[in-house]
Amino acid sequence: MSVVSLQLGQCGNQIGQELFSVICDDSNGPNRKKYKQCSDERFFYETSTGELVARSVLVDMEPKVISQVVVNASKSGRWTYGDKACFSQKQGSGNNWANGFCVHGPRHEEAVENLVRREIERCDRLAGIFTMMSVAGGTGSGVGTYITQRLRDLYPNSFILNQVTWPYGAGEVIVQNYNSVLSLSHLYQLSDAILVHENDTVHKICSRLMNIKHISISDVNKVIAHQLASVLQPAYTADSPSHYCTNPIGELMSTLVCHPEYKLLSLCNIPQMSSTSLAYSVFHWPGLLKHLRQMLIASARMEEGIDWTVSAPSAVTSRGESATNSRHKNFNLSLANLLILRGKDVSTAVIDGFKDPALYVPWLNTENSFSTWSSPVAFNGYEKSATLVSNNQSLLKPLNNIVRKAWNMFASRAYVHQYTKFGISEEDFLDSFTALEQIISSYTHL
Amino acid sequence: MTQSIVVQVGQCGNQVGCRFWDLALREHAHVNQVGVYDEALSSFFRNVDQRGADSSGDKITALKARAVLVDMEEGVLGEILQGPLRSLFSSTQLISDVSGSGNNWAVGHHTYGLAYREQIVDQVRKAAEHCDCLQCFFLIHSMGGGTGSGLGTFVLKLLEDEFPEVYRIVTSVYPTAEDDVITSPYNSVLAMKELTEHADCVLPVDNQSLVDIVGKIQHMSNTGKPGCTIKKDCTIISGQGGVVKVEKPFDAMNNIVANLLLNITSSARFEGSLNMDLNEIAMNLVPFPRLHYLLSSLTPLYTLADVSVPPRRLDQMFSDAFSKEHQLIRADPKHNLYLACALMLRGNVQLSDLRRNIERLRPTLPFVPWNQEGWKTSLCSVPPVCHSHSLLALANNTCVKSTFFELKERFVKLYRRKAHLHHYLAVDGMELAGFNEALSSISALIEEYTHLESPLMPNAPRLTIAT
Repeated sequence: MSVVSLQLGQCGNQIGQELFSVICDDSNGPNRKKYKQCSDERFFYETSTGELVARSVLVDMEPKVISQVVVNASKSGRWTYGDKACFSQKQGSGNNWANGFCVHGPRHEEAVENLVRREIERCDRLAGIFTMMSVAGGTGSGVGTYITQRLRDLYPNSFILNQVTWPYGAGEVIVQNYNSVLSLSHLYQLSDAILVHENDTVHKICSRLMNIKHISISDVNKVIAHQLASVLQPAYTADSPSHYCTNPIGELMSTLVCHPEYKLLSLCNIPQMSSTSLAYSVFHWPGLLKHLRQMLIASARMEEGIDWTVSAPSAVTSRGESATNSRHKNFNLSLANLLILRGKDVSTAVIDGFKDPALYVPWLNTENSFSTWSSPVAFNGYEKSATLVSNNQSLLKPLNNIVRKAWNMFASRAYVHQYTKFGISEEDFLDSFTALEQIISSYTHL
Repeated sequence: MTQSIVVQVGQCGNQVGCRFWDLALREHAHVNQVGVYDEALSSFFRNVDQRGADSSGDKITALKARAVLVDMEEGVLGEILQGPLRSLFSSTQLISDVSGSGNNWAVGHHTYGLAYREQIVDQVRKAAEHCDCLQCFFLIHSMGGGTGSGLGTFVLKLLEDEFPEVYRIVTSVYPTAEDDVITSPYNSVLAMKELTEHADCVLPVDNQSLVDIVGKIQHMSNTGKPGCTIKKDCTIISGQGGVVKVEKPFDAMNNIVANLLLNITSSARFEGSLNMDLNEIAMNLVPFPRLHYLLSSLTPLYTLADVSVPPRRLDQMFSDAFSKEHQLIRADPKHNLYLACALMLRGNVQLSDLRRNIERLRPTLPFVPWNQEGWKTSLCSVPPVCHSHSLLALANNTCVKSTFFELKERFVKLYRRKAHLHHYLAVDGMELAGFNEALSSISALIEEYTHLESPLMPNAPRLTIAT
């Protein structure tokens, strides 16, 4: 089954190109013929000359980024983008969600839909649609949300997984909070699951774990691509233990998104280190899994600075007691977890730590809340690698910050005239704020 | 890729404009070594063949600037037509008259506006037709005179009427207190009303600040302190390497403004890892429609000749951008409130340097409470000529109100006595009410900026969901 990707806006396009590079490099590693076959079928199609072309549609409102991304792709020599898979215009969306959603989206919907339909028709069977965008800008967020809406109408039975990138807290775009609030509130109704990456977190991973002195945007994108690829590359699941799973996105959704109210997913991947350190490190599953479990409980997103004092409330203590106990105050409650293990001796990994019912909400059966995928093939140069995709409370804090800042700005009506100019009224803003407060409330009262 | 058209009005406007075209050619020549007419060039230049039509094909045959030059006296335009830049402009792009506006805003705005309206609209429309996707008009003028101020603001209104969807970014040179034109306060305040109502963004520039910056650079180049020798031709006031060989008196100051315009458009023209288009400037830096006056500062001013200077220079560059000596108007932004700020970086600067400096500078700069992290950033990989990196900081800061306040004071001083008014009222179309409206417009603007500085009410409570 194949995945059709949609790269939207500058961020989406840059991440998409890095993602396909990582996938291609990983598939071309040693001893993995069937793995490569499955991965190639999933992400690429072969032309008559035997060249691999990505199953991807590139959309942006200005041409510079797409042309650069396409050039970078062909440089690899192993894969390229389809020559008719790009859609761009001359003038960008100006960081204005309303411009993207109300003006550019409707204006170009037919052209983009045709491109997506061509890719989908080229697949034997569609596993799902995977979109990549940022929520801070104008095109990725505005046009991206509009396109997701159209795709949801056109393909009501397909899975849509939205990967979104949240901007740096300290500002990349001044109206980023407005754009984020408007995008997330709309996407929540349309998407099947929203997989979130935060620039702040990934930046810290680059600086502390990977020891990169001068971090550039492409370093950040490579980390995000690595994490995404670790989820999307072929693996054995509970449903298909003997051959590679053919319905990755569907299985991901059914494990993690049990209720339409709870759709925010976060990603943790360990280990992550620079390639020079990698040559001298040895990993063991118990160590990795222990760290990952604590990262889950303490809402740590990377393997440094984990708060080891936080622990899960034991099944014996009641809810009320555990809330006041300081060890449990910062405890991160999960709805569902998906653990993906790749590498040597994967069958020896002991995962019972994740089956502890104390980690999960009481109204779900633990068997339904937790699943594992595994693959004996070493991923992207790491001898052993573990990824946790989780539906839990850890995104509450950043989400709350975004809404708080956006609300403060809205209270003084700053910049609102820029949005009303294109058709988003104050009513629409208030609706979006309400939707997000609802999401925050649902996750807080898990 | 989008195109922009430069409209230069009046003596000051045209002289600054000339320096802009000279430096633009220099920059593109530096970047574009193969002589191919690429997207970046097309934003300001057209590639024409022998007959003057747009030439197809890649090689550069002849370049014509996307510009309209307007002046009501012949001296400046005549010089352009005989100077080395004459091949950039076809004679139809220049609109001139004989006698000038006599430093009278009313003559520029009403008399000449009416007389030349058709011709100006024609020329602008022709230039617009040669553009694939016109995004922005850059209007360059001064506020103190008659033509730049009066006719310039008339052209602004015209651009808004004829091309409402195209952005209008205005570079205005404000008069200093020691200006030699006595009626400059009248001209400036009358023009301010038009700018507040019809421009999308205004970049005010003060002659005194430009003089100070030039003085600083020349002082640096003359001191000869060890380790402090600067590359003389690599300052933002130098026009070395351009087409025009002879340096004229105001060239150093005008080069600074020309560099400002080049840096603003750099991210839209060249590639980079974090692009910023021109429409994003208006979107991010203008929170309320009338408050669109942006403070600008360019750093570094010069490159040191000694190449082994440590990279601490980079952090120094960021700090300098917020110091009052580097601002292009006389203002102290650190002691006033920031509404929004944009950092446009060019050249060899990485994301981590940018983020580190934002973290470092954030606590020292007072931001308005509802926009505590109001930063917009962009990274363009092509550095300016002779520098390895540069930073342009654009800020919407309440310190501009002090400039407007001084202007208003000088206006009121003259107006109270009705001095020189008869020259204005003698012009057809100019009435006393016009003066009153202009005065109340600038007062209201100052009031709006002051209002933002007052401590606001506590933050409105968030929406709550019934559980």
